[in-house]
Amino acid sequence: MEATSTLPVRAVTRHERWYWLRYVGRGLIYAFTIALGIIFMLPFFWAVTSAFKPPWELYIFPPTWFPREFRPGNFVQIWQVVPFARWTLNSVIIAFFNVVAEVFVASAVAYGFSRYRFAGRDVLFVILLSTMMLPAYITIIPAFLMYRALHWIDTHLPLIVPSFFGGGAFNVFLLRQFFMTIPMDFDEAAYVDGANSFTIFWKVLMPLSKPAISTVAIFAFLGSWNNFLGPLIFLNTTSKFTLPLGITYFRVAPMDSSEPRDHLLMAASVTVTLPAVILFFAAQRYFISGIVMSGLKG
Amino acid sequence: MTAEAASRLHKASQWKRRQNLLGYLWISPWLLGFVIFTAGPMIASLVLSFTNYRIINVPKWAGLGNYVYALTKDELFWPSLGITFYYMLIAVPTGLLGSLLLAMLLNQRVRGESIFRTLFYLPSLTPAAAAALLWAWLLHAEVGLVNYLLSLIGIKGPPWLGSVRWAMPAIILITLWTSMGGGRMIIFLAGLQGVPQELYEAAEIDGAGGWRKFLHITLPMISPTIFFNLVLGIIGALQVFTTAYITTKGGPGRATWFFALHIYTNAFEYFDMGYASTLAWFLFLILLVFTIIQLRLSEMWVYYAGSA
Repeated sequence: MEATSTLPVRAVTRHERWYWLRYVGRGLIYAFTIALGIIFMLPFFWAVTSAFKPPWELYIFPPTWFPREFRPGNFVQIWQVVPFARWTLNSVIIAFFNVVAEVFVASAVAYGFSRYRFAGRDVLFVILLSTMMLPAYITIIPAFLMYRALHWIDTHLPLIVPSFFGGGAFNVFLLRQFFMTIPMDFDEAAYVDGANSFTIFWKVLMPLSKPAISTVAIFAFLGSWNNFLGPLIFLNTTSKFTLPLGITYFRVAPMDSSEPRDHLLMAASVTVTLPAVILFFAAQRYFISGIVMSGLKG
Repeated sequence: MTAEAASRLHKASQWKRRQNLLGYLWISPWLLGFVIFTAGPMIASLVLSFTNYRIINVPKWAGLGNYVYALTKDELFWPSLGITFYYMLIAVPTGLLGSLLLAMLLNQRVRGESIFRTLFYLPSLTPAAAAALLWAWLLHAEVGLVNYLLSLIGIKGPPWLGSVRWAMPAIILITLWTSMGGGRMIIFLAGLQGVPQELYEAAEIDGAGGWRKFLHITLPMISPTIFFNLVLGIIGALQVFTTAYITTKGGPGRATWFFALHIYTNAFEYFDMGYASTLAWFLFLILLVFTIIQLRLSEMWVYYAGSA
C-alpha cells in the first residue's frame, strides 16, 4: 500500500512535469526483476521438463520446451536402475544424526559461552569463530588418516561423529547470540527456585529459543543433505553412497548399456533438490533470520 | 579480617570455581572436538607437510623438500594457482555486484518482493552436485538450452565445458547462478533495509539525486556487509571444488585445474599425503594473507555507524 501511494504522490507535488518518468522507471524495474526471476528459474524448468522426456526426445534439435511424450515413469525408473532408495536412506540417516547432534551439542556449548564467566572464555570464543574460516583441506588429510586407523573409512561414521563434538561453530555463534538476548533474571529466578545448571538450560533457555533452534536445525539438515566432499572422500562402496554422490553415478558409470541416461540424471537431480526446496517453503522465515544473523557484526 | 568478610571472600571464590567448572563442562564437547578434529589435525598436517608419505610407507622426514618441489618442480602448482586466482578475480566482483544489484531491486519495494526473493534464492538451495549436473546438461554443446537460446539470436554457441577456452567461463556462470541470490543477497538486503530512512530524506532536501544518494549514503552505510561478503567470497573462491570436479574434472587439458582439485588429486587419488598437506598449507597461508590484507584495507573504506 505504501509503495503505491508515497512515491508517485511526492513526485507529482515536486516535479509535476516529470511525474510520468517515475512510472516508466517503476515499469523498467518490474520488467528487469521479472526477467531476472525467469532467468534464475529457467535451469530448474529445464531440469524438470527434461526429467519427463523419453531419451529420444532429449537429443533432438531444436529441443522441445514441453515433453511431446510425457514420461513420469523416469521418476520411477531411477529407483530401479540404481540403489536410489538405499542412498536416500543413507542421506536421511546421516542428516538425522547431524541435525540432532548440531541442535543439542551446539545449544549446550552456546549455553556455556553465554551463561558462564570461566577463565579464558573470550579467547576460546574468538578461536571458535576463527575456525569458521578454516579451509577444510587443512584438516581433512590427517582426519582421513585418523579414520583409516580407526577403520572408519567406507562407513558413515566420519560423516556423523564429528558433529557431536561441538555442533558447528556457526551454530554455536548463532545460538549464543540468541541466548544473550534472554535476560539472566530468568536463570536467576529458576536458580532461586532450586533449578540446577542443566534444568535452567533444558527448561528455561531451550523452550525460549525455538526460533534459533529451528534455524540451526534447517541449516544442519541442508549442510548434511548437500555435502559432497565428505562422502566422496570417505565412502567407496556404492551401497553406502549418499544421494549427492549417488546421482553422479548416472554420469560416470556405465550401467546396463551405453544408452543415454540424461533423462534419469535430471529426474534424480530434481528429486534430490526437492526436499531442500520444500523445507525452504515450509520454514522461510527461519532461513532469512538465520542468514541475517550470520551477516550481523561481520 | 572479620568473619563476615572471610565468608564473603569464600563465597566469591566458590562462585568463581563454580563458574569455571560448569562453564568448561558445558563447552567440553566443542573443546574436545576442537582438539580432535581441528587443532590436532592442523598440527599433524603441518608435520606431514615436511615428510614424504605415500600412505603405504611410513612418513620420512623431507625437510622443506615438498615446499621446494611445489614451487620449482610441480608442473601444475603455478597453473592451478593461476586458474584459481583467475576464477576469483572474475567471480568474486561479479558475484558481489550481482548480489547487491538483486538486493537493491528487492529493496525498491516491488510488489511481490517475497516471491522474487524466493526465485533468486532457490538456486542456492540446490545441492552443489545436482547444480553441477544440471548445468552440464544445460550447457550441452548440441542440444543444451543455452546453445539453443544462443542459436535463436544467430550465435553458434561453444562446446562450453568441453572447450579449453569456455570451460572456465562456464564454471563461473554455474557458481554465479548458485550463489548470486543466496545468503549474500539476503545479507545485502538486510544491510540496505538497515540504512536509516532519515538520511535519504535529509539528502533529498539537499537536492541529492538517486546516484548521489547511492554513492554517499547507501555505499558507506552498507560497507560492513560488503566487507563481510567480500571476505567470505574470497575464502569460498579459493576453495572451489565440487562444481569443477563434477563438470570437468579439471579439464579439458587442465583448463579448470583448480587448486583445491590439485590438493584432492594428490591426497585421494595419488595418496601422496605428505605433498598434499604441503599444498593444503599453501592454501591456508594464501587465505591468511588475503584475510590480513583485507582487514588492513578495510580500515580505509569500511564505515561502522556508531564508532568514531
